[in-house]
Amino acid sequence: MIRSVTILRAGPALTIQDLGRPGWHAYGVSNGGAVDCMALHEGAALLGQTAGYAALEMHSFGGDFLIEGDCRIALTGAPMIAHLDGVTLAWNASHKVKHGQRLSIGAATSGVYGYLSVSGGFQTPEWLGSRSAHLAANIGGLLGAGDRLPVGDDPDEGAMSVFLRVPDRFSGGDIRVVATLHTSLFSTAEVERFTQTNFQRSLRSNRQGAALTFEGPPFTPEAGQSILSEPMISGDIQMTGDGYPFVLQSECQTAGGFARMAQVLPCDLPIVAQATPDKVLRFRFVTFEDADLAYQSYLTDLRNLRGQTRPLVRRVEDIRDLLSYQLISGAVTGWETDMPEDSK
Amino acid sequence: MTPRNPSSVKPTSMPSIRTVGLTGILVTFGDQLSEATNNAALAFQEAVDRLKIDGVTETSTSLVSTFVQFDPTRLSRTALQGQLRELAGSRDWSVSKDAVARRLWKVKTSFGGEDGPQLDEVAQLVGLTPEAAINQVLETRVRVITIGFAPGQPYLGTLPRNWDFPRLPDLIPRVPAGSLVVALRQLVLFTNDTPTGWRQIGQTAFRNFEPNSASPFRLRAGDEMEFVRVGQDEMRRCLADPTRATAAELVDLS
Repeated sequence: MIRSVTILRAGPALTIQDLGRPGWHAYGVSNGGAVDCMALHEGAALLGQTAGYAALEMHSFGGDFLIEGDCRIALTGAPMIAHLDGVTLAWNASHKVKHGQRLSIGAATSGVYGYLSVSGGFQTPEWLGSRSAHLAANIGGLLGAGDRLPVGDDPDEGAMSVFLRVPDRFSGGDIRVVATLHTSLFSTAEVERFTQTNFQRSLRSNRQGAALTFEGPPFTPEAGQSILSEPMISGDIQMTGDGYPFVLQSECQTAGGFARMAQVLPCDLPIVAQATPDKVLRFRFVTFEDADLAYQSYLTDLRNLRGQTRPLVRRVEDIRDLLSYQLISGAVTGWETDMPEDSK
Repeated sequence: MTPRNPSSVKPTSMPSIRTVGLTGILVTFGDQLSEATNNAALAFQEAVDRLKIDGVTETSTSLVSTFVQFDPTRLSRTALQGQLRELAGSRDWSVSKDAVARRLWKVKTSFGGEDGPQLDEVAQLVGLTPEAAINQVLETRVRVITIGFAPGQPYLGTLPRNWDFPRLPDLIPRVPAGSLVVALRQLVLFTNDTPTGWRQIGQTAFRNFEPNSASPFRLRAGDEMEFVRVGQDEMRRCLADPTRATAAELVDLS
């Protein structure tokens, strides 16, 4: 049977995202891909597949989905309230779904971007080696009710449902940055003030960048803003003409003429993307040596995710057809010791 | 700690080699756009590509710089900086013949009226009549200085010195795809409908970007372009043709 997920009701910003399309910067196309790429890696680890598969990115709110064909799903990123035919589903976990079941994903309880991954990935059309919608470049677009997303073959149909303990990245906090192209155009005092300021990610943020608000005068380079346009990449913190910071994200423009104060480490960028406006962000400069080590250990952590998954056991009160289960075989023992935090 | 990135200071001696965050190095050939600096950036990019350095992930150019992205887990920053510094010092890149155009695009353009709502304003800024301003654009063979902002979107230059006026302080809410806009001695041919601070003087039927084509980006940095004047009626016919077959002519100069 051909597997698919049909959107019955869509949240405000649903897009297909994978790890993006590197290699086209010279032609004006930024990498794009999931804003919180860590969530894609987690989804892939939960499903026992490589991280290159396309998933559904959901901004603030998911939607209702009809699943056709048996498959496995994984829910990662910003935790959202999720039900399968009315039964609560654990976040940061994989689940088996039967043909014809309805999946309902509601509002995020913390964070911004949630992800629905499927075994075999969404097989929507590829362009330049990626299925990611790139809204700023007019590639692909927002999904809506009625859209039917084909799903690939499950590489491991019999795999059991598992969960991951995921460190919190939805509460803001310290963001590590390194100096970048224009850091030295700002006075030492301005850079110092930048590191001592509490920032909040504003609701004006999108896949191009996170707009930050703060109390205090704008941040302006000593010689003013008359600098030549130079290449930009995600993570760069540019001070727009009015002196307000904008942390560039996956769909950023490929070049820009505003001064850039610093660059967020790739491993800390998801924390910026996932910060709701009530969370505080502080920037802390690290040396290139420390940044390289942090980046290296982040990549190692991503590779090790699969080994950290643990069997997911459903709570007895959630099992409607309890009598059909082989309780004696021990298949549902141990369910109290290893439950994911957010399903208790 | 106080961030002191010795390699991120304002370029004093050229070419300068600076870091762009964790994964980028920028080699800059001048602090002002000129044919020499842009030539150098393009030629240097080609030379870096030819070296096929393991760990370099992609290269691109801006108006005056070559941008090299790399994977710091495969290639050390210091080693790459050293290699780029050595290459940069190996010759005078500004007189490079590598960047001489091999392709010329002749793009049909309708000027003024609803196809160029700011033409009169621009004519005043450059100190000419609208007709004389159009002629100056028609007589200038421009080059793709860089591509950026939107897929395949060219920044073309440079126009004569009297065209050195700034962008508008406030954005025009929307100019159409294919519009020819101007500021700072440069022209931009827009890929998509977009709000902009650049002033529109003309309209083309040229598509920078054909997502469904095997070669979706039509222009390369270094390509040259000339504008061929057509009337509004002919432009309407070009725009009505979904293939846009008559929008431009490509001349191979090699």
